[in-house]
Amino acid sequence: MALPLKYNFRNVLVRWRATLATILGIALVVAVYVLVQALAVGLEKSAGNTGDPRNVMIVRKGATAESSSQVSLAQFQTIRYWPQVAHDENGAPLISADVITLISQPRIDGRGEANVSVRGLTPLGRQLRPQVKLVAGRWFTPGQREVAVSEKMARRFTGFHVGDTFHTAGNDLTVVGEFDGGNSAFDSEVWMDADEARSLFDRENYSSLLVRVTGPTAAQELLARVESDKRLPLRAEAEVKYYGDQTATALPIRILGNFLATAMSVGAVFAAMNTMYASVGARTREIGTLRVLGFRRRSVLAGFILEGALLAAIGGVLGCLLSLPLDGYSTGTMSFNSFSETVFEFRITPWLATKGMIFSIVVGVIGSLLPALRASRLPVIAALKSV
Amino acid sequence: MVAETIVKIRELTKIYAQGEIQVTALDHITLDIAAGEFLALMGPSGSGKSTLLHIIAGVDRPTSGECLVQGVDVTKLNETQLADWRNQNVGFIFQTFNLIPVLTAAENVELPLLLTQLDRRQRRQQVEMALEVVGLGDRAKHLPRQLSGGQEQRVAIARALVTDPKLIVADEPTGNLDSHSAQEVLTALQSLRRDAGKTIIMVTHDPKAAAFGTRQIHLEKGELSA
Ligand SMILES: Nc1ncnc2c1ncn2[C@@H]1O[C@H](COP(=O)(O)OP(=O)(O)OP(=O)(O)O)[C@@H](O)[C@H]1O
Ligand SMILES: [Mg+2]
Repeated sequence: MALPLKYNFRNVLVRWRATLATILGIALVVAVYVLVQALAVGLEKSAGNTGDPRNVMIVRKGATAESSSQVSLAQFQTIRYWPQVAHDENGAPLISADVITLISQPRIDGRGEANVSVRGLTPLGRQLRPQVKLVAGRWFTPGQREVAVSEKMARRFTGFHVGDTFHTAGNDLTVVGEFDGGNSAFDSEVWMDADEARSLFDRENYSSLLVRVTGPTAAQELLARVESDKRLPLRAEAEVKYYGDQTATALPIRILGNFLATAMSVGAVFAAMNTMYASVGARTREIGTLRVLGFRRRSVLAGFILEGALLAAIGGVLGCLLSLPLDGYSTGTMSFNSFSETVFEFRITPWLATKGMIFSIVVGVIGSLLPALRASRLPVIAALKSV
Repeated sequence: MVAETIVKIRELTKIYAQGEIQVTALDHITLDIAAGEFLALMGPSGSGKSTLLHIIAGVDRPTSGECLVQGVDVTKLNETQLADWRNQNVGFIFQTFNLIPVLTAAENVELPLLLTQLDRRQRRQQVEMALEVVGLGDRAKHLPRQLSGGQEQRVAIARALVTDPKLIVADEPTGNLDSHSAQEVLTALQSLRRDAGKTIIMVTHDPKAAAFGTRQIHLEKGELSA
């Protein structure tokens, strides 16, 4: 039979002066672990929010990013009339030809300039991306030097708010609207009319096509047809898969996070071990007393391991609480896929917090293993004689 | 009426080997203790009193000899069996009280009961009764540091008797107390023998404390000197 939980719990609290540093240390490790993972989750979520299962994306064969892809006007005209393409209520084929360019724009916080993706869309492009919603001003008018900017980008770069103008490619562009990309990759973009973008940036070709297909079989047919048509040096892919593959960027973050957490947890384990050794040392006579009362070695062992786990769990809760204010906080980084600023949010999911807690408890259990073993092996008489 | 023998010690020897030097703490002790006795174990410092008490209580092991408590040879039990045996058969009272600082008086008294089959309600009843016996029914929720030394020791007595063991051992239970508190503790022990029929073995230096016992024995360099 085990020692009562309140015994362990009160011992952790009563020794708070000695345990505080360890608790804070573990809290810090857990916070770092949770935040780095939250970044990866946010990035993956952003990719996950982007693709629409009814859409197919077409880019040039071998292009690693939309910005380095080219689709000619002739190719666009060919594919437009394929039977797999769905039509809107007016009978127009639901296909958008987009132009992606990178512009350099000064950051609001003064940390220099960064690349920003500008997407030129043909009129149907917005309809194919219903998750993108206007939140201020109006959409751009075709034929005008107007843009709409993601509100998250507007917060990070100068000249991006409604009414602002900014200078690029020798021209002034006016911001007429701000949109919310619904935590998708479009949160990192500036949108304008496709043909306006082609003339402004002097582009003969489009970068990509986005096609709404009539159904899942049509999607398969379209993919196969693009693949087999030797005159088309293009690659078609489900939009969901296209953006899913971009998530590869989350992998280095995860690896970095795990590496950081592992390195820091070694320190945390030693801190916990130190604290628990001190606790066992200070309570030697108490341990002897418990043994005399009839508590077995394994009860003492379990008690001290539990105490270490409890101590670490307090640190874990604290760490999760520390990281929580950053949940939903959007941040940006240079994406190695698009070579432009990508914004995404820290996403602390319940599962992530649970993982943080498990992580802290593992640290506590490992750290208290040796001290608990020492406590359980103390000879009773010697323990009783200690002061 | 002839009282049954509760502790039967035969040729009990304890030798501590410290490198070259051997210290004989107990030297072929033979002793019978009858049920219902309040035995005062006296003797100079280092004479082996604690050692003897520890062996009887199943906390220490002899080098040779027998020690039967209620017919069970405690020297033959293994570590785990001993732990269970102690819990069920002996109450232990220390000179330094040895209450758990983070637990209240009632929780301290309850500790040995956690190792029994009793449910929560039964445990509470036993704890209340034990605290009443030592006159501390109103101190149940106090932490050890909120009690006087004498009260702490009485809580320790309650903890020793809560499992209702036949045998209670005490190693200088008044050693850390003023004379008034000592008086209270000794009276409590005395009434345990008289009213509850407990067998008590108490180590003490103090002849006044020993006078509370029904019999006194003296140890001298590990040997009994009647
Ligand atoms: N762990 C040990 N190692 C070596 N010698 C020991 C050990 N424990 C006790 N002794 C020796 O055994 C003898 C008896 O010790 P014990 O503690 O039983 O004496 P005591 O009569 O209780 O003394 P006191 O009145 O001072 O408490 C002493 O000479 C002591 O030095
Ligand atoms: Mg002694």
